[in-house]
Amino acid sequence: MGNVPTTVKHCLSYEQLIQDYPWLKRWLQEEKTITGHEYPEFVKIVEVGPRDGLQNEKEIVPTGVKIQLIDMLSGTGLPVIEATSFVSSKWVSQMADHSDVLRGIQRAPHVRYPVLTPNMQGFKDAVAAGATEVAVFGSASETFSKKNINCSIDESMLRFEEVINTAKEQQIPVRGYVSCALGCPHEGHIEPSKVSEVAKRLYAMGCYEISLGDTIGVGTPGSMLKMLQSVTEEVPAHALAVHCHDTYGQALPNILTALQMGVCVVDSAVAGLGGCPYAQGSSGNVSTEDVLYMLHGMGIETGVNLAKVIEAGDFICNALRRETNSKVAQATGRPL
Amino acid sequence: MATVMRLVNRRILSSAMGQKYVAYSSAAKVTAAGVRAGQALPEKVKIVEVGPRDGLQNEKTIVPTETKIHLIDMLSATGLPVIEATSFVSPKWVPQMADQVEVMKGIGRKPGVSYPVLTPNLKGFQAALKAGASEVAIFGAASELFSKKNINCSVEESLQRFEVIMKAAKEAGVPVRGYVSCVLGCPYEGKVAPEKVAHVAKRLYSMGCYEISLGDTIGVGTPGSMIEMLKAVSKEVPVNALAVHCHDTYGQALANILVALQMGISVVDSSVAGLGGCPYAQGASGNVATEDVVYMLHGLGIQTGVDLSKLMDAGAYICRTLNRKTSSKVAQANCKL
Repeated sequence: MGNVPTTVKHCLSYEQLIQDYPWLKRWLQEEKTITGHEYPEFVKIVEVGPRDGLQNEKEIVPTGVKIQLIDMLSGTGLPVIEATSFVSSKWVSQMADHSDVLRGIQRAPHVRYPVLTPNMQGFKDAVAAGATEVAVFGSASETFSKKNINCSIDESMLRFEEVINTAKEQQIPVRGYVSCALGCPHEGHIEPSKVSEVAKRLYAMGCYEISLGDTIGVGTPGSMLKMLQSVTEEVPAHALAVHCHDTYGQALPNILTALQMGVCVVDSAVAGLGGCPYAQGSSGNVSTEDVLYMLHGMGIETGVNLAKVIEAGDFICNALRRETNSKVAQATGRPL
Repeated sequence: MATVMRLVNRRILSSAMGQKYVAYSSAAKVTAAGVRAGQALPEKVKIVEVGPRDGLQNEKTIVPTETKIHLIDMLSATGLPVIEATSFVSPKWVPQMADQVEVMKGIGRKPGVSYPVLTPNLKGFQAALKAGASEVAIFGAASELFSKKNINCSVEESLQRFEVIMKAAKEAGVPVRGYVSCVLGCPYEGKVAPEKVAHVAKRLYSMGCYEISLGDTIGVGTPGSMIEMLKAVSKEVPVNALAVHCHDTYGQALANILVALQMGISVVDSSVAGLGGCPYAQGASGNVATEDVVYMLHGLGIQTGVDLSKLMDAGAYICRTLNRKTSSKVAQANCKL
């Protein structure tokens, strides 16, 4: 054939094809594709039980128990454990011992222990207590923002900007949360564009990751998809996390949908700690055990030891004198 | 040369991407992923309500006949298209279903609604016909051990038993639904090969069952194993003749149902209030709750014809009577707002 034109050599060389069109590789990896959906190989679990979970439990948990729970969780392989909240104890009495908890826990290497810091005061206290990562909590609903933190979304952003700028100076990473991403207990339906707007602002300000919360658990794969389609136009999928509540039993299918959209960070709470303050007696956070069971069953790695998480869940449920919300824990704790 | 290029391109790309070959940029890929995540979902899903049979069969309290009849009548008013009414199994084995004939004769049959009944053998089939049944169901297993322990015979023997029923049903013009249990795991054998599930499903379908319901009997399945199993089964049985019967013992039911829908399945079995525990994990839940399934489907814009609030009424009724809490999260969330 004499001199083979470059274009032909190009086409005949798979390696060259992949080099020139790197996006193509993902399409060609059929083994990892299930029904045309790709799933991440690894999902980072952000354990929010000790903070979000306990914050919504009625019983005040002794500091020693909180510390032991976090230490047990530190031994499971969980990469991120939200330890406490530097909010005024006047508002959230459960978190009054924030400094003691942060100082008391044994920090495992390779595990991060973010803490909530709603304002500069909280941020300063957190740093003084040894915090190395913080989180700020915005809302996609104006009414929720006013009722929850007593200010509008814009005002809260100004507050967070101060925290984020100071954190930047001290090289402390900040995670942003957007609550009411799929519905608000006061406003009802929330426009996906509103969620994108708030997520974009937090990301632009410097949050390394934005966790989108279905605060009252009303979302379904339908609304999750629409919301993520909107948000991923403003914030890259790799910087997003989903924080699903299981109040209507929709958490796992919602998480599955998020994974199909390229999200690979999932918030959950051991034993499904934390009820829903808007639907009395109902469940809140999705259980870490149930999320792990699903992910591992799909061949997705998390680095987490499910059995050890179940143990930690048993411990805290005993201490709280309550039943676990995790179906996996319920099923495995009661064999034939 | 140009032809060679085109051929080579197509061969490399088409087998991998098929019709899914879309745009190049990463932004478009995200959109494409979004489209794929929501694509190919059925417009309508048929819910097969198994609460009065599968649900109550696994409840400890013996439910009075009038209660069963009232439950079925309430369910008939919700828009559910199929309600499994009872089981013509020997009362020696399943005392809960001893009143099978009275239930069958006592319910108000809503036009357009099917009331299939289980018929494990010819005797049960004949009794069912006599009591007025116009649709029946037979129950096979994908696991040999489960078949032996559950119905005292091998899978092959059970299939032969079913052939007898199929013949009689054909003569009587009665449609038959086939069930395959243990499709994602067996309490005795553990892992179950997808090919085994496909084999049993194929046999039931070839025998004449109009629909095959694939049951995750102990709820151990996840989207991973569900997809693997459906890929194998859909090679042997057309996807529009398949249904999924997921148990929520490990909380995986809705996620499993979602991937089944994405694979083209449009028939889902569920039980009002999530009636029916799991006999293999004491205290754990069993059937997925119809309310939770309907909530998800409606949220996806999928039509079911079911009125969720009437369904919740039926669930509240049976839970009050059984003196137990609902297993439906939607019901729990709604009654305490």
